[in-house]
Amino acid sequence: MKMKKIEAIIRKSQLDEVVDALHEIGIDFLTYWNVTGVGNEKSSSIYRATVYETRLIERIYLSFVCREIYVDLACNAIVNAARTGEMGDGKIFISSVDESIRIRTGEKGPESLYIKE
Amino acid sequence: MDTATLTYALNTFWVLFAAVLVFFMQTGFALVEAGFSRTKNTTNILFKNLMDFCMGTIAFWLIGYGIMYGTGSGFFGELEIFSKVNHALAVGIPNSAFFIFQLVFAATAATIVSGAMAERTKFKAYLMYSVAITAIIYPVSGHWVWGGGWLSTMETPFHDFAGSTVVHSMGGWLALLGAAFLGPRIGKYKKGKVNAIPGHSLTLAALGVFILWLGWFGFNPGSTLGLADPDLVAHIFITTNGAAAAGGIATLIVTWIRYGKPTFSLTLNGVLAGLVAITAGCDVVTPGGAIVIGFLAGILVVFSVEFLDKKLKVDDPVGAVSVHGVCGAFGTLMVGLFSNSPDLLGLFYGGDTSVLVSQLIGVLAIAAWAGVAGTVLFAILKYTIGIRVSTKEEEIGLDYFEHGEKAYN
Repeated sequence: MKMKKIEAIIRKSQLDEVVDALHEIGIDFLTYWNVTGVGNEKSSSIYRATVYETRLIERIYLSFVCREIYVDLACNAIVNAARTGEMGDGKIFISSVDESIRIRTGEKGPESLYIKE
Repeated sequence: MDTATLTYALNTFWVLFAAVLVFFMQTGFALVEAGFSRTKNTTNILFKNLMDFCMGTIAFWLIGYGIMYGTGSGFFGELEIFSKVNHALAVGIPNSAFFIFQLVFAATAATIVSGAMAERTKFKAYLMYSVAITAIIYPVSGHWVWGGGWLSTMETPFHDFAGSTVVHSMGGWLALLGAAFLGPRIGKYKKGKVNAIPGHSLTLAALGVFILWLGWFGFNPGSTLGLADPDLVAHIFITTNGAAAAGGIATLIVTWIRYGKPTFSLTLNGVLAGLVAITAGCDVVTPGGAIVIGFLAGILVVFSVEFLDKKLKVDDPVGAVSVHGVCGAFGTLMVGLFSNSPDLLGLFYGGDTSVLVSQLIGVLAIAAWAGVAGTVLFAILKYTIGIRVSTKEEEIGLDYFEHGEKAYN
């Protein structure tokens, strides 16, 4: 069975909803980072006497590896939970994972993923 | 206890208590400057604030006190090493109380400069500077005004009650020279554009400003050097506080109109601008006059910060030059207009221009002295031990390179 890595960039405000939605379909483990990116969105900032434009956009980057059969479920869950309808809701990236090893036991492949059937 | 002893005790208590408040301003300066600096330079700026008081204590004690208050000539006091001469006889408090009160003032003038030179000055050079200002530069011009020197013996004496010019402008002008000699921080000006380099904590900066405001209740009312005239002491509380509040409101309004949003980082400066400006005339202006002076200083500080940033291109991360140099000089001149004291009537209260002229002479004389002494000092430092850290040190941070010790881990 193949493994897939799902990475998503989402709004900070949607994190709890996305985590809950993934939990409902059986994905209990994931990793996320606070990230800053650059896009089209600009906002004006003021510091002391200088007015300047910031293009830095703060988002959550989350990532997890699951069995291929989970991919559609997981993507639907993320899309539904992360969507607000405004520009800047984020993106999901799916890629293949060659190998996976659980450090404690040495198990390899899908067996080593946190998500077990 | 007889009445004379009680009076002596009360006056001494008041001056020592005021000295404690003024000492606490060191904390205020440290926090304002740390807040307006970036994380990577926090240890460095706090360390400079700590050491300028340590170095200043010894330097002012060693020769500064004698130069400032020794009889000497109109231009220079006496060289009295670790002076034991009683310079407080006339004001009726112990010499030690007078000394400690003057010491914390000297240290205030010294610590103003570290902010303008923040994030790029060599630690070693800063230590040298702090000795020079407290040992010589500040005491010399201080002698002119408070030590019986020529500015105090003019026909219409120069009036600077608690040091808008003696302390604040002196520090401000040295800050201007220091920042000019250093050059701007890397990244401040790119392709001719002025960039903001936000400080790491407006929380610290705000706490610092509140502490400075509190300290000013020692700085100005304490300069009465006693409680002989309780009405005057209380009056100075009112003028000091009123000017600070008006300064904050003025800056709030100006920034709101000019930048579209009320700007906290500058409004913090606005409060300090009001405080600095009222310091010269806090004893002779009416509460209403104090509010006008503070309000005008709050407006002035915004345009001064912009002028330095955008026209002169002198990089002053905390606004020390504008707050202390410009608003200090401004407040001192305003005594010539707003003074309501019978011996010293300002233009607006029926006086002639003599007070204003004296104020102008004092402001210019002390600016000139600061200019000459500062240029010599910073030039010597620049071409001997160097005043600026290397590009690499500046980019990675002074905390790591100068001290090997970061403020945040």
